[in-house]
Amino acid sequence: MPASQFKHAVVIGASSGIGEALARRLAADGARVALVARREDELQRITAEINAAYGLDRALAVAHDVRSLGDVPELVPEIARRLGGLDLAVYAAGVMPAVGLDEFDTAKDREMLDINLLGAVAWLNPVADRMARLGRGTIVGIGSVAGDRGRAPNPVYGASKAGLHAYLEGLRNRVARRGVTVVTIKPGFVDTAMTRGRKGLFWLIPAERAAEIILAKARRGAVEAYVPARWRLLMAVVRAIPSFIFTRLGI
Amino acid sequence: MEWAQRLQWVEGWGMAVGGAGYVFRPADAAGLAEALSEVRAAGMPLALRGAGCSYGDAALRAESAVLDCSGLDRVLRWDPEGGIVDVEPGVSLGALWRMTIADGWWPPVVTGTMAPTIGGALAMNVHGKNNWVRGTLGEHCLELDLVTPRGDALTLSPEREPELFRAVIGSFGQLGIITRARLQLKKVYSGLVEVRAVAAPDLATLLRLTDEAKDRWEYVVGWLDAFARGAALGRGLLHFARHLEPGEDPRPGASLSAAAQDLPSTLLGVVPKSQMWRLLAPFTNRPGMRAINLAKYLSGSTLGNRKTYRQSLAAFSFLLDYVPDWKKVYLPGGLIQHQSFVPIARAEEVFRNQLEVCLECGMPSFLAVLKRHRPDPFLMSHGVDGFSLALDFPVPPRRRAELWAMVRELAGPVVDAGGRFYPAKDAALPAALYRDTFRDGQLARLAELKARLDPDRTLRSGLADRLLDGS
Repeated sequence: MPASQFKHAVVIGASSGIGEALARRLAADGARVALVARREDELQRITAEINAAYGLDRALAVAHDVRSLGDVPELVPEIARRLGGLDLAVYAAGVMPAVGLDEFDTAKDREMLDINLLGAVAWLNPVADRMARLGRGTIVGIGSVAGDRGRAPNPVYGASKAGLHAYLEGLRNRVARRGVTVVTIKPGFVDTAMTRGRKGLFWLIPAERAAEIILAKARRGAVEAYVPARWRLLMAVVRAIPSFIFTRLGI
Repeated sequence: MEWAQRLQWVEGWGMAVGGAGYVFRPADAAGLAEALSEVRAAGMPLALRGAGCSYGDAALRAESAVLDCSGLDRVLRWDPEGGIVDVEPGVSLGALWRMTIADGWWPPVVTGTMAPTIGGALAMNVHGKNNWVRGTLGEHCLELDLVTPRGDALTLSPEREPELFRAVIGSFGQLGIITRARLQLKKVYSGLVEVRAVAAPDLATLLRLTDEAKDRWEYVVGWLDAFARGAALGRGLLHFARHLEPGEDPRPGASLSAAAQDLPSTLLGVVPKSQMWRLLAPFTNRPGMRAINLAKYLSGSTLGNRKTYRQSLAAFSFLLDYVPDWKKVYLPGGLIQHQSFVPIARAEEVFRNQLEVCLECGMPSFLAVLKRHRPDPFLMSHGVDGFSLALDFPVPPRRRAELWAMVRELAGPVVDAGGRFYPAKDAALPAALYRDTFRDGQLARLAELKARLDPDRTLRSGLADRLLDGS
């Protein structure tokens, strides 16, 4: 059964975008939050702002590069101990570098897989293990509508998010009976550094609004949620398009 | 064992507060020593736990080690002539009476459930329905062994280190681990008690009848309909009971056996008791509980009023065990209890106010119990010459903060009246209120003893943090 209000949360990828907005929202709602991110200066600034607004020790900064997979098993219990518990974990770390249509750069692609997918596995595995032992907890993975279909502009970003969706679904099926809720979030276009300057965006929402919707879904224990919800209908249509037609559409 | 393998959700009996704990459950002294050294090496705080029967956060601390003493459950010595028993801390009250009843001995003080361990019961210095007559369990403890977190062993008794003895008992596991207790049990000549039920139409009568009965009956307990308002505020039923004298029970051998005492395993011979709590669930809401409380009062004040009957000791003593798992009807929020101890002169006024506040807040107690108490010689005593009112509250998940605030509102006048609180029952009091009930330097003395026995402050609990170190 999902918590009516989260008290102790960790947000991985909390130095910008949706992750930052989630951390701020959680703190505003009364939770103690651990912010995990690679960029230490940003992390310190956001943590200090949260603590200035909502009281000392509301937020704590954990500098960590999600590509350092081996560090995670010790970080999870340490964060729980410093927070005094852990009832929500959000994996919001993600990158989407610009990729040219004729660019086949494996190094760039690998970075996306490392950060968007492998990092999630490295964090959410020990979190799920811990929560299943305790018989409670909520895990949220920030996927993307881009994971619903393989598209020409960024095959590996889509693959990393599709992989994340499948991982989250498998994780959910593993731990659901042990009292743990796993929520897959599929945002559409959210106004963050990731989307800034990109063309052809629509239904753009601020990160703060996305964070509100995501937390409402997490509190309710939703299985999968598009953010905002209208993307569900659009993506149902997009997913239904047969491949031989999708290829010709050039989207 | 790896630390991660020890991780478990550890909660209070009321299921409303809990946290992740790294649980150690030693089976012997060597295991205990090993656990202590592992915990100390990791620099972890350690919460002590028996059967986990304290309602709130007394036997747990989030993200800390938890020493579950229930595996230390050997009876070390039993003297059936003198009724003196030496037990390890994990022996439960139930295991104790089952062993001793055939020899005609019964624990002098028991709680409403037989699940608590002796170690936990001494750490909280529990009382029973005979508090006025027999005092607390600690008053029947002849001697105890204590192991400090650093591994030092001490033997304490009322004669040997009396001050420390009276501080360890009742200081909720903050000074050391009780590893052995010697108790003097009470001689009984029958496994039955004579019970008398009396109705009281209002709070003043309930208090008066309780006070009048206290010297004539071994056990005195009152139940209140906390839904009643106006002139009927505080109406309830009293149950008085006494042990049978020699000769009163024609066949004492038949009732003085564990088997004869066992509570029936089915309701009306049909419904398995393990499933019975499910039948209660539909009534666990305000209209349902109002109806149940009314029905209980009406039947008790008419059909049952002034009836005298005999009942087995276990059935009379362990009402909370009658329906196994009944507390599950309170899920998902769980329940908390607030029990205030108020000197006799101020009791009516304070309890009247408490019942009114609960009704005004729309959160009346689902179960309210009145008892008569007396002071005891322990440092952190909750005893006063007066009454206690124990109020059970379901925790509505969405009104949790309001309920906690209401409990603080109930507690304020108790402090002003010179009352006390009982850590075994508490989940919600702030330190400010708790501390104000100790006016003779008890807290400073406890801190001094703590600095001596546990200078690293290894022993902690959610409750100790909240009541002693909180704001």
